[in-house]
Amino acid sequence: MQHLFEFLLRQGDNALVLGHRTSEWCGIAPALEEDIALTNTALDLIGQTQLWLGYAAEVEGAGRSANDLAYLRDAYDFRNLLMLEVPNEDFGRTLMRQFLFDAFQVPWLTALQNSADQRVVEIATKSLKEATYHLDRSAETVVALGDGTADSNARMQAALDYLWPYAGELFADDETDRAMADVSIAPLPSGMRPAWAAAVEDTAKAACLKLPESDFAHSGGRTGARHTEHLGHMLAVMQVLQRSYPGAVW
Amino acid sequence: MYAQMVKSTGKGLVARKDMLPEDRAFQDRIDAGEKIEPKDYMPDGYRRNLIRQIGQHAHSEIVGQLPEGNWITRAPTLERKANLLAKVQDEAGHGLYLYCAAETLGVSRDEMTEMLLDGRMKYSSIFNYPTLTWADMGAVGWLVDGAAIMNQVPLQRTSYGPYARAMVRICKEESFHQRQGFHIMMAMVNGTADQKRMAQDALNRFWYPALMMFGPSDKDSVHSAQSMAWRIKMNTNDELRQKFVDETAPQVEYLGLTIPDDDLQWNEDTGHYDFTEPDWAEFFEVISGNGPCNVDRLNARKKAWDDGAWVREAMVVHAEKKAARKQAAE
Repeated sequence: MQHLFEFLLRQGDNALVLGHRTSEWCGIAPALEEDIALTNTALDLIGQTQLWLGYAAEVEGAGRSANDLAYLRDAYDFRNLLMLEVPNEDFGRTLMRQFLFDAFQVPWLTALQNSADQRVVEIATKSLKEATYHLDRSAETVVALGDGTADSNARMQAALDYLWPYAGELFADDETDRAMADVSIAPLPSGMRPAWAAAVEDTAKAACLKLPESDFAHSGGRTGARHTEHLGHMLAVMQVLQRSYPGAVW
Repeated sequence: MYAQMVKSTGKGLVARKDMLPEDRAFQDRIDAGEKIEPKDYMPDGYRRNLIRQIGQHAHSEIVGQLPEGNWITRAPTLERKANLLAKVQDEAGHGLYLYCAAETLGVSRDEMTEMLLDGRMKYSSIFNYPTLTWADMGAVGWLVDGAAIMNQVPLQRTSYGPYARAMVRICKEESFHQRQGFHIMMAMVNGTADQKRMAQDALNRFWYPALMMFGPSDKDSVHSAQSMAWRIKMNTNDELRQKFVDETAPQVEYLGLTIPDDDLQWNEDTGHYDFTEPDWAEFFEVISGNGPCNVDRLNARKKAWDDGAWVREAMVVHAEKKAARKQAAE
């Protein structure tokens, strides 16, 4: 069960951390339509978090709730990808990250619809509808901003260059992944690489962006071994009320 | 009420006998309860007043995202975070419908945004107060959205069609927000001693600013008569303020909180609560730029607008390139 718990935390923490980062845009996006769209994405991701972490808490069987997992774990117990915790920086990086993640999530959630675990199937099916829409929007926006002006192209290239070393963590199979594959709960993440690479190449081409050549990949997020410095700050903000007033019901 | 101190553009109420024939016909349509649509004749003053009023309302929705956005990243549970996100998203949506309603009167969203940012157009005084604890998310939903509903429900019957229709949709969402705010307050007053203290503190800070949302006292409200004749203002400021106090006072009692007004009491003779007027000197200071958050709020909007300029520009250029490529391919 430990591997299933880990697997579910990874799904839930990805949604939570990206949802939180996306929610930081609420009220300050470049245009009203973008504000509404980003908030929508954040809402979808927080909704997915509730499902994944809710199931994780059940599997753990230690009496914790989804909220306990979200608000009362410290950074080293988080299992999200490093790419999702780095700061938004600007609208360009925010959308580039969303795209790199969505391009993984769509084939990933599609595959999880065939999981041997019925709860995983249900959550994946619901999340896939949202992820498909997110991918349409993030890919379209990356193309528009890459193709737009010289300035916007330079910003999108900088965003891609910055995020690229974090992207490889998506496909770094480990013991938990192999355990999930052995019992047909989830395929190996590395199997998503061809579909992801094809989508990323197509979009980068349409966006007039150059894919970095390096295949170096940071790691440590999805295992919890070594997060970036940014996650602690994010959690300090996110968890402040639960930490300051232990046991209070909100 | 998100429109306060909307300055009338006319020179006071024009008597029927002094009206131009087309203006008399226009007034007759309004008196008969007909809706005015964008392509219909309308007096210039009506158009300009409406632009100011709808614009002020739209700007209030947009600036109003900031005090609540201040707590989205610190919301205490996943459910509260989702609810607050959804509420602030609704406000952006309201801003969008209202800008669209104003655009039917011949002013673009970008022009209105520029007028907000350079101070030519205003937004509601309430959003110049800070949100300091989580209880403020309850108080804002309950009191601020509650006060807004008082004004907006009658505006569903306003004379200008696009405005009235925007208001129908907005009212549905606002009443949901008010309930959501009240539920936050309920959780706080049923919680720990710290939470109760936060709830009372929020009420103490938001009570009078909420009363100010209805605008100055009728005796000092010089612009109302024409707006009421045109049915773009449906009730006087004092009527709405009294209605708000009458509805809210029992809710405060139910919550076990205390309104920060020693003179607030039920008056058997009038069938209303007696209450202390807000400090109007403070109101006029806030309206003229000296509220606790005026500078920060406008700076935040300016920063968002400036930081987003490259995105808006790139989107336009991309759309043009795409159209040109499509044309070249045909």
